[in-house]
Amino acid sequence: MTTATLGTAAAPWRTLLRARETPVLVVLVAVVVGTSLANPRFVSRQGIRDLLLAVSFIALMAIGQTFVIVMRHVDLSVGSTLGLASYVGVVAMRNLPGVPLLWLLLACSAVGLAVGLVNGVLVAKLKLPALVVTLGTLYVVRGIQGIVVASKRVNASALPESVVDLGIRSFLGLPYLMWVVIVAALVAAPIARYTRFGRDLYAMGSNPDAAQLVGIRVSTRTIGAFMISGLCAGLSGALFLARFGGTDVNAGMGVELSVVAACVIGGVFIFGGSGSPFGAVVGALLLKVIATALPALKIKEFWQDAIIGALIIAAISVDRIAVVRADRKRRLESRR
Amino acid sequence: MAQAPLLTVRHAVKAFGGVPALRDGSLAVPAGRVVGLLGENGAGKSTLVKAIAGINQLDGGDMLLDGQPYEPAGPRDAESHGVAVIYQEPSLFPDLTIAENIFVGRQPVSGRRVDWPAMRREATRLFDQLGVLLAPDRVARGLSIADQQLVEIAKALSSDARLIVMDEPTAALSASEVTRLVGIIRRLRDRGAGIVFITHRLDEIFEICDRVTIMRDGVTMSDRAIAELTVAQVIRDMVGRDLSDLYPKTPTNPGPALLEVDTLTHAGTFRDVSLVVHEGEIVALAGLVGAGRSEVAEAIFGLRPYEAGSVTLAGRRLRSGDTATRIALGMAMVPEDRRQQGLFMTASLVRNATVTVLDRLRRLLFVSGRKQRAATRDWAKQLNVKHSSLDAPVQSLSGGNQQKIVLAKWLMTEPRLLIVDEPTRGIDVGTKAEVHRLIGEAVADGLAVLMISSELPEVLGVADRVYVMREGRIVEHLDRRDATQEIIITAATGAAV
Repeated sequence: MTTATLGTAAAPWRTLLRARETPVLVVLVAVVVGTSLANPRFVSRQGIRDLLLAVSFIALMAIGQTFVIVMRHVDLSVGSTLGLASYVGVVAMRNLPGVPLLWLLLACSAVGLAVGLVNGVLVAKLKLPALVVTLGTLYVVRGIQGIVVASKRVNASALPESVVDLGIRSFLGLPYLMWVVIVAALVAAPIARYTRFGRDLYAMGSNPDAAQLVGIRVSTRTIGAFMISGLCAGLSGALFLARFGGTDVNAGMGVELSVVAACVIGGVFIFGGSGSPFGAVVGALLLKVIATALPALKIKEFWQDAIIGALIIAAISVDRIAVVRADRKRRLESRR
Repeated sequence: MAQAPLLTVRHAVKAFGGVPALRDGSLAVPAGRVVGLLGENGAGKSTLVKAIAGINQLDGGDMLLDGQPYEPAGPRDAESHGVAVIYQEPSLFPDLTIAENIFVGRQPVSGRRVDWPAMRREATRLFDQLGVLLAPDRVARGLSIADQQLVEIAKALSSDARLIVMDEPTAALSASEVTRLVGIIRRLRDRGAGIVFITHRLDEIFEICDRVTIMRDGVTMSDRAIAELTVAQVIRDMVGRDLSDLYPKTPTNPGPALLEVDTLTHAGTFRDVSLVVHEGEIVALAGLVGAGRSEVAEAIFGLRPYEAGSVTLAGRRLRSGDTATRIALGMAMVPEDRRQQGLFMTASLVRNATVTVLDRLRRLLFVSGRKQRAATRDWAKQLNVKHSSLDAPVQSLSGGNQQKIVLAKWLMTEPRLLIVDEPTRGIDVGTKAEVHRLIGEAVADGLAVLMISSELPEVLGVADRVYVMREGRIVEHLDRRDATQEIIITAATGAAV
């Protein structure tokens, strides 16, 4: 079931029931309700705020990552892209006149788009596996960051007020950073579902050879999707800066795996072809909720990773079993 | 028919790597008619279809569509000319809905927005036209082959295809699905489309075709109206050739039973398959592509699990899926697709030929390069492998010589039972004879061989006994003396002569 089942005219509740994202949403609600029953302090105002802030940049990257995974690729370079973008953003704000926040967003976008372009070209034109290409750019970008940032550390005091505000203020009870994610999801979802570009990505992931045969411009699309992922990663550098009030050489270290995990848990099929940006956001939420719920339930911290790991395996097993069943059913039907 | 045909193919020639697949292919398809295209496996039908579909370009000859030269540069180009090809196993997008599968790459848009409701409406309209019930919102994963073909046919309709080529569409369909497809083909024909229908089931030819074109060895042999034909004549046109001297058969002297397969079953793939192979005997498993022969061979070798029945080798009953024990007991298999399954294409002759016997070529702990080379040189000479160097990558050899290396690799293990799947596919005639000689010599020394082959002359010329499979079952068991091409084709296709 792809996102194609969302928003059908007939019986919306039924399509909602069948959507890939629904079970994840149910688990999310169950964990929140269960934990808050056991420990009422879990749903404190401050607790929720912290949680949403922590989710924001992972969720934004997961939105971008969705476009890549849907076409059966993966983008591991997002963590170091975030790191480099956050620092380049600071440099841009310091040295350019005018509105600092604007320069921050522009600089972060530029860094992200550049990394995405490199990834996309290497994967599309040289036909290299995305896993290896983006593992390579992960290290290269991290290396560049190390040279540029060196031992410098940017503190909140060195940041313009508007940026610090972005990480503190709320609107209608939701932190600004979460609003950024919501807007991004509202832009990304129609791109995925209602544009030729988006639909081509799903087709490419579902059956790469057939995609070529029906005349989809595979390499242009591939580059485009990697640039979206890069753009999201770059922008999450700005969110990171706002959230932590600074950046250093370790910014974004290791988050790429959380991002891929968020997508997979949120129903983005790792073998391509289905999943949605909304699902990725829900996946990111679930990931963080579990991470905060466990201490609230007085479960030892090291169980966290094990539980999240089990969740990832469960998510891909469900899809795999569905595929195997469908194939078996077909085989039995084909001979009376 | 005074009117010029919709599609004309004249004297088409196409070779792959020097091996001719199409030598003189001709075909004429009038609008509003169904033309049956027949021939044995390897007769050149698929090559002709691929040229029409724009997948391959012809080396010689020409094609006309509506009297205009037709040279499709690719599948998209063919489609824009109104030519659609429906393959035996369509290649859909399993994660996309049926509606989107029909329109993928050319979805209807309003503004820049993909118009899902229009896509659904149009899909429903197409299925109405075809008279079938398929839910446009369902994802394609899990659709039966028959339904997948319908999606492809709907796709052809939506792009206003005038010429529809169906490459063995009925091979994997059940009887009721075939009936439904025949109805749809009649509808398409009545709307004025020209249809090329490839099948191995002769009864279907007489049911829906207006004309029949028969190919053999890459050449179009005949093109007749259906009224002028009988089943017996079709079979004669398909096989008629003299091959007695191509297959010198050494007399064999079978020993005791070595392999016994009893009521082997894997639901949906094969059922109740029982057969025996004796020492010093070649047994052929004949039948059409898709009859389940390779699957049975894989199950016997332990590559594919079976649900019921038993495999016994030299009196020892083997577990399903246990390939290691089988190899240890002297079973070996040369797979159908040597590039994918039989060889490490980029590795050298030496590495390929000795990979099965590294244990025996050791010096102390480590594999001895010298022993490897000696063993390979030995076999390369025996098998007459034409090669530049023992260190050359296997992919530099011709298909026939590659196949010899695969054979060498397994003969080195001195197996008791050798399973060969299409041992001479894509090999020139001379090398074919050599491969047969090699197998024959090993059999004279007591080797038992189970051979799958789609080439009837090979089956008749090489095998001591023949089992014929159709739709997952063994339907005929013949001794060499009683087997003829006609009997085997009749059994394999289920046609009544």
